[in-house]
Amino acid sequence: MDRNSSILKRLDWTVILLWLFMMIAGWLNIYAAVYNDQHSNILDFSQRYGKQLLWIIAAIVIAGMVVLTDNKIYFFFAWLLYGLLIFLLLLVLVAGKNINGARSWFEFGSLRLQPSEFAKFTTGLALASFLSSRGQHLTGFWTMAKAVAIFMLPAALIAIQPDMGSVLTYLAFFIVLFREGMSLYVFVSAILMVVIFLLSLVVGNLAVSIGLVVLAVIAIWMVSGRAMAVVSAGVIILSGSISFVLGKYAFGFGLGPIAIMTVLLAGVAIVLVMIRRKMKSLLIIYSFLVGGMIYLFAADYIFHNVLPQHQQTRINILVGLEKDPHGTGYNLHQSMISIGSGGLLGKGYLNGTQTKFKFVPEQSTDFIFCTVGEEWGFAGSLVVIGLFLWLLIRLVIIAERQRTVFVRAYGYSVASILFMHFFINIGMTIGIMPVIGIPLPFFSYGGSSLWGFTLLLFIFLRLDASRSEYLG
Amino acid sequence: MKDRFANRRFLVIGLMIFATTVLIIKLFYIQVIDKSARVSAANNVLRYITQYPARGLIYDRNGKVLVTNEATYDLMVIPAQTEMIDTSHFCNMLGITVQSYRERMAAARKFSRNNSSVFLKMVPAETYARMQEEMYKYPGFFVQARTLRKYPEPLGAHVLGYIGEVDDRIIAADKYYRSGDYIGINGLEKSYETELRGRKGVNIYMVDVHNRIKGSYSEGKYDTVAVPGKDLYSTLDIDLERYGEQLMHNKIGSIVAVEQSTGEILALVSAPDYDPELLVGRVRSENFTKLQSDSLNPLFNRALMAAYPPGSTFKMINGLIGLEEGVINPATRFSCSMGYHVGSLTVGCHSHSSPLDLAGAVMNSCNAYFCSTFRNIIDNRSFKSAPEGFDHWRQYVTAFGFGNKLGVDLPNELSGNVPTHSYYDRYYGKDKWKSLMIISLAIGQGELGTTPIQMANYTAAIANRGYYYIPHVVRSIGQPGGTPNEPFTEKKITGISQENFEAVIAGMELAVNGGGGATARGAALDSIIICGKTGTAQNPHGRPHSIFVAFAPKVNPKIAIAVYVENAGAGATYAAPVASLMIEKYLTGKVKRKDMETYIMNLKP
Repeated sequence: MDRNSSILKRLDWTVILLWLFMMIAGWLNIYAAVYNDQHSNILDFSQRYGKQLLWIIAAIVIAGMVVLTDNKIYFFFAWLLYGLLIFLLLLVLVAGKNINGARSWFEFGSLRLQPSEFAKFTTGLALASFLSSRGQHLTGFWTMAKAVAIFMLPAALIAIQPDMGSVLTYLAFFIVLFREGMSLYVFVSAILMVVIFLLSLVVGNLAVSIGLVVLAVIAIWMVSGRAMAVVSAGVIILSGSISFVLGKYAFGFGLGPIAIMTVLLAGVAIVLVMIRRKMKSLLIIYSFLVGGMIYLFAADYIFHNVLPQHQQTRINILVGLEKDPHGTGYNLHQSMISIGSGGLLGKGYLNGTQTKFKFVPEQSTDFIFCTVGEEWGFAGSLVVIGLFLWLLIRLVIIAERQRTVFVRAYGYSVASILFMHFFINIGMTIGIMPVIGIPLPFFSYGGSSLWGFTLLLFIFLRLDASRSEYLG
Repeated sequence: MKDRFANRRFLVIGLMIFATTVLIIKLFYIQVIDKSARVSAANNVLRYITQYPARGLIYDRNGKVLVTNEATYDLMVIPAQTEMIDTSHFCNMLGITVQSYRERMAAARKFSRNNSSVFLKMVPAETYARMQEEMYKYPGFFVQARTLRKYPEPLGAHVLGYIGEVDDRIIAADKYYRSGDYIGINGLEKSYETELRGRKGVNIYMVDVHNRIKGSYSEGKYDTVAVPGKDLYSTLDIDLERYGEQLMHNKIGSIVAVEQSTGEILALVSAPDYDPELLVGRVRSENFTKLQSDSLNPLFNRALMAAYPPGSTFKMINGLIGLEEGVINPATRFSCSMGYHVGSLTVGCHSHSSPLDLAGAVMNSCNAYFCSTFRNIIDNRSFKSAPEGFDHWRQYVTAFGFGNKLGVDLPNELSGNVPTHSYYDRYYGKDKWKSLMIISLAIGQGELGTTPIQMANYTAAIANRGYYYIPHVVRSIGQPGGTPNEPFTEKKITGISQENFEAVIAGMELAVNGGGGATARGAALDSIIICGKTGTAQNPHGRPHSIFVAFAPKVNPKIAIAVYVENAGAGATYAAPVASLMIEKYLTGKVKRKDMETYIMNLKP
């Protein structure tokens, strides 16, 4: 008992209080979202707020159980747990219940469980375990590839369900890799890819192509001086003209092949220069340019020919290319009305007309933040966002005080997963992220996600409580 | 081992802070700066249901109902909320075609997807009863109760007027009205619109996403109660009105009968007339077009809007002015040799004994007498010039209500015409005109234009021996036994002394009841002394119009009347018997002269 009480003392109570507070605030908002005059008893288990109360109690029990377990099992059984969840993710594809066209759920009587919610902590443990093993350095290509494969495997299985929202959250593990030494180039490339893709939708491929070339020339200028930049620009313009005339009239090419032909032709010239002067930086800039061009047209092709229509539409609505308040954009439109109409101080608890009269679909799950925004206003939204930021920074701080890579990497996994959910979910309700159905941690209705996040969080707190037991 | 990447923690924290800042900036924008979401949220949830008050009823002077209301139902639609399952059944129920359904939906969608508009107007009560049981099947549709006008008898269309839907111009001018509202367009419906309409109320409800009403907004704090319209207690006598319309059957013209002691209009007939029911409900626009294209123009209210020269009925006023000005006295005689001759000018007259005194001249309608009188008025030596004399004359004429709108409580009244000083100046040169140039005014011809209601009012002023009250149709508003509006209680003085009327009235008595030379013997009644005067209005387009003005009885008169029958020749032939029958009907309650009545009713000029 003495050991247990000392663990309780060493638990990070700031995080626990934040966790409790968020669950209670979430429950109050679920009550408001579901509230109607017929069912106002909080213990009405036919209603979502009644059930959520049970899920919260169960979550507290789960948290307690995690605290009571031996911290070492998470390290030793990391791979076993990971394998078990991979098995469940495979099983759900076969034995899962088909809801809205996706096989994401196991159904046991009235209880439904979503394995993808639990795969997050097992993936985090497995990745942490991998990164802490001796001799793994993320600067090496194969280490990097293995690390990415660890979290892309469950992500791929979830993509088959399909549940693209959850897949997106697995990208959070890149933040862990970044902290543990992933090459900055890869990281910058990843960000550039997202920017190029979104820009190509908004301003078009030609403008982005020209933008890339201009960026490359500016980079050359900064690295190699004006003379080199002018020469490069001349070379690119020349090769562009040749490609255009040849490509268009001799081969009948479209914009994509002409652009790629241009950079390849320019490349020949630049490579010739490079051989003579051995300019490594020029090669890097040039590689980025070619990579960017190829990626640009590949992404364009995938977007228009591979991505399903409704996903295209959601992204188009996000970047403002489509307006459709009654179709796909309906949720977003009503969600923004709800939050916007809250004003500075909100309409008051249980007084949100958008919330009470069900104008927003999925109000108690993915769009729970609408209730916060409408009934508590900007002030309430600020409090919720502030609490999340507090929790996230607190988790990073706790992760950084660890003496082992395992616990630190796991801590970063927890913070990154929660950050991804928090940012995408709230961003979605206010129109800065596409409409992707993922829950807001500890707020949204649902047992699986609440328990999944609770396990994720408390395993870290349990590991942290025993940090002095580990040796460097 | 030294952690080379420890500093990356700050980049991670920086990313989190950056992302959070992005969220906060966007939230600040949509919640605090941009106010449009508040409007959208209100549009989502609030439904304004207008409560239409019942329009006020209109009664006659004896409490009989002239206009009442009938409930009707407009089917409204909010296109965004419709989910049509069985269109053909729906159309069958309403009695419309599927094609028409599509057109109506398209029109409603064009107006607004989220706001209600009228889908089908004035659904009959039986259809409504059937519909009510099935309305739940058709979300997006609801029924709005309205009232339609109903007329127990097809009478008084020109007095009562009609109501119609407001147009864009009215909506723009008056905030009270919303598309689909009704407004009085003519008659009492127009002049007493604000009293009759009452005040619309509005109930604000909150609805959920399925448009189901979830309760009042703010416990009804912003709801307003509809105030019913006020009833009008009119001065019309429905029996007299009905009788007048029967007498004018097949004729063109008008009758205006007033109670001269109060100015209350007892009957106002404009023929041809129309059944007011024609301009109610779904059939209104179709019928309106039909009536409008009728060559006899039944929509035209001749009693107020047709100006004719008054002809010989104008002679009394010249006699009265002559007496008041002292240029003649009742015993003054002027000779007449088949007309009035000055130099090359001749105003013809018919054969009668000569010379005549004033009463005799009125009785015989002697042109020469009134030409002489008129010249004496205009050329009176106490004035510097004829134009100055004319100004004086004109003042008396306008004091009788000629040349200006009387201010009747009915719309579209015409002012008629009494030529002005400047008019003659333009015509003849400044003050270069003489009495002889305007001599036709002496016998009610020339540029004079007077409306039947002005003539009735003029007759009332004579009957009253010197004053009148502005003729009006509404005695009280809201409850019976009130007093009429301000201008109708004010005694209007003509400026002619009471004693000067006796000789003229004696002449009018003789014109009806006198022996040889009496111009309107056909109008005489054995029991009651009618005082009257015939007139003939020259009509450049065809046969002259027959005019008769009269009041009765001679002592303590009860009724003054003006009758016009167009294209019917001299006053005595048509207008006088019509007036006489009207007087008999009003004063005795029934008409004994059945032969005359049948004869007049069947007569078609």
